[in-house]
Amino acid sequence: MSLTKEMLRIRRFEEKCAELYTQEKIRGFLHLYIGEEAIAVGVNQALAPTDAIVSTYREHGHALARGIKMGPLMAEMYGKREGCSRGRGGSMHVFDAATRFYGGNAIVGGGLPIAVGLALADKMHNRANVTVCFFGEGAVAEGEFHESMNLAALWQLPVLFVCENNLYAMGTALAISESETDIHRKAESYRTASTAVDGMDVVAVESATRGALETIRKGGGPAFLECRTYRFRAHSMFDAQLYRPKAEVEAWKKRCPIERLERWAVEAGILHESDLASVDAEVAREVQDAVAFAEAGSWEPVADLLRDVQTPGIVP
Amino acid sequence: MTQTAAAGSGNATTTYREAVRAAIRDALQRLPQAFLMGEDVGRYGGCYAVSKGLLDEFGPERIRDTPLSEAGFVGAGIGAALGGMRPIVEVMTVNFSLLCLDQILNSAATIRHMSGGQFSVPLVIRMATGAGRQLAAQHSHSLENWYAHIPGLRVLAPATVEDARGMLWTALLEPDPVLIFENVMLYNMTGSLPENAGAVEIDKAAVRRPGRDITLVTYGGSLWKTLSAAEQLAGLGIDAEVIDLRSLRPLDDATVMASVQRTRRAVIVDEGWRTGSLAGEVAARIMEQCFWSLDAPVGRVCTAEVPIPYPKHLEDAALPQPDRIVAAARAAVGR
Repeated sequence: MSLTKEMLRIRRFEEKCAELYTQEKIRGFLHLYIGEEAIAVGVNQALAPTDAIVSTYREHGHALARGIKMGPLMAEMYGKREGCSRGRGGSMHVFDAATRFYGGNAIVGGGLPIAVGLALADKMHNRANVTVCFFGEGAVAEGEFHESMNLAALWQLPVLFVCENNLYAMGTALAISESETDIHRKAESYRTASTAVDGMDVVAVESATRGALETIRKGGGPAFLECRTYRFRAHSMFDAQLYRPKAEVEAWKKRCPIERLERWAVEAGILHESDLASVDAEVAREVQDAVAFAEAGSWEPVADLLRDVQTPGIVP
Repeated sequence: MTQTAAAGSGNATTTYREAVRAAIRDALQRLPQAFLMGEDVGRYGGCYAVSKGLLDEFGPERIRDTPLSEAGFVGAGIGAALGGMRPIVEVMTVNFSLLCLDQILNSAATIRHMSGGQFSVPLVIRMATGAGRQLAAQHSHSLENWYAHIPGLRVLAPATVEDARGMLWTALLEPDPVLIFENVMLYNMTGSLPENAGAVEIDKAAVRRPGRDITLVTYGGSLWKTLSAAEQLAGLGIDAEVIDLRSLRPLDDATVMASVQRTRRAVIVDEGWRTGSLAGEVAARIMEQCFWSLDAPVGRVCTAEVPIPYPKHLEDAALPQPDRIVAAARAAVGR
């Protein structure tokens, strides 16, 4: 039940974001996670509150699943002062100290070394935390991926690398960008425990994450999960999707992680249709409240333009 | 090269290299969260022998050899800083820092802002810069100006053994990322340092030689060439004031402008290329703030617009040298 609800929260939040984008309430780049919700929810179910997360520009799902409140997240999308990054980051740069959410990085692969460093700090402090690093399959072509895998394995650091393989780096298909398309095999070459999992199955993702975390917490060094998934929507709001056939999109939509879990739960007699309807209504209210929170938020005065560049008192 | 510092009781002669090493040792002794990380900093002893001996003293956890992975270990430094450590990251030279420019600019300098002030990155990155050892183009450039361009960073250039000894500790007390540029030609320079030498402030430029007739503004490795030029100028009856910027970002306008308002003339000496140089920035600020005090156009002595060549005579010709500084100063004062 909670798995369904968590995935639905992400789905409905982002559908609302797409609508608000067309109304020009949300500007800039907007990268939707729709179709990939099982990964964020599956991974986050297995985490402890003291674990850390490093994310990408497609991070609304990670943020919500991690426990960042929907109101401040929506206010961030608007650029309002009440946003979780004070409106300074927008859609791509969600940060939250309370949940150890370290962004929101729009540089493909840029978050991986940072995750390695967070894990290094935990290891040097003898803390049992794990840092989870989300990234897309496009990032594995970057040098930072390889440098980070090598460092994490070399120093046996508590990092869980989660590759969200949605088959397209913007518009470039995996086979066009990678000589080895089985991404998890790349991690194996760094002597890192590595598995591929069905990223459309939240239960499979959660179970694989629990297994990986167990190894990591025992001091077994980093682990790698390749989650095979698909984004149902375009790369961003500016993308006409000329690079992939419509039939392919439709075929993947049939594997929707939310419908799949709901169907299974109803058939197994765990949930009734009426339960689903009430969850739906509950999530709709939460989204509505988040929009109201963002709408009621305030614009930061231009007089504060230079704040948070350096620590207060420093003139740039 | 010998630095002329007042030798008093309790002073010891030391090299710039030893001063940096003493600063690192001091930081590691005082701050349990501090550690040094970089290529060859441990077993090899540092490519400029700065960290020699520290591995035996502090062990491989705190003197951490890294693979050749600038983006990886500088990024790891950012993450470690976010996780409560105080990393001192050594990048072998500024030339190689381009491999981690993404991490420095897109992450270290921006995380505080993008997170709305929730996260600071208390990271110190040390790197060697500058030419003069016939190492050819890929080991000889001075790119600190590029870093001085970036909001969110502090950029320091210690030119004296006191600053080499003192700036690191102050940098480690900063909550924001600090880059320290050590000019390769200074490592063997000797100077006198009090036994109890410690932190120095990092906000203010320093007047290294007071003078009345012209202000020579410089930093880092060029300080000593500029002081030498000032001595030659004195022989010609021109009394030059020499300002060492020390901090390249933020720039201490007040010290520079106060000097130029008195001397009414200025020449900037900068080992970066002339186009888009820090010298250009300082000159523009003088124009903005002191135009009505000026008796001559602000002059610049920079590196020639050429990748640094290998042959010594060409390398020397490319870099700012005392004779070019003297010529520029004479042109400004009309003598």
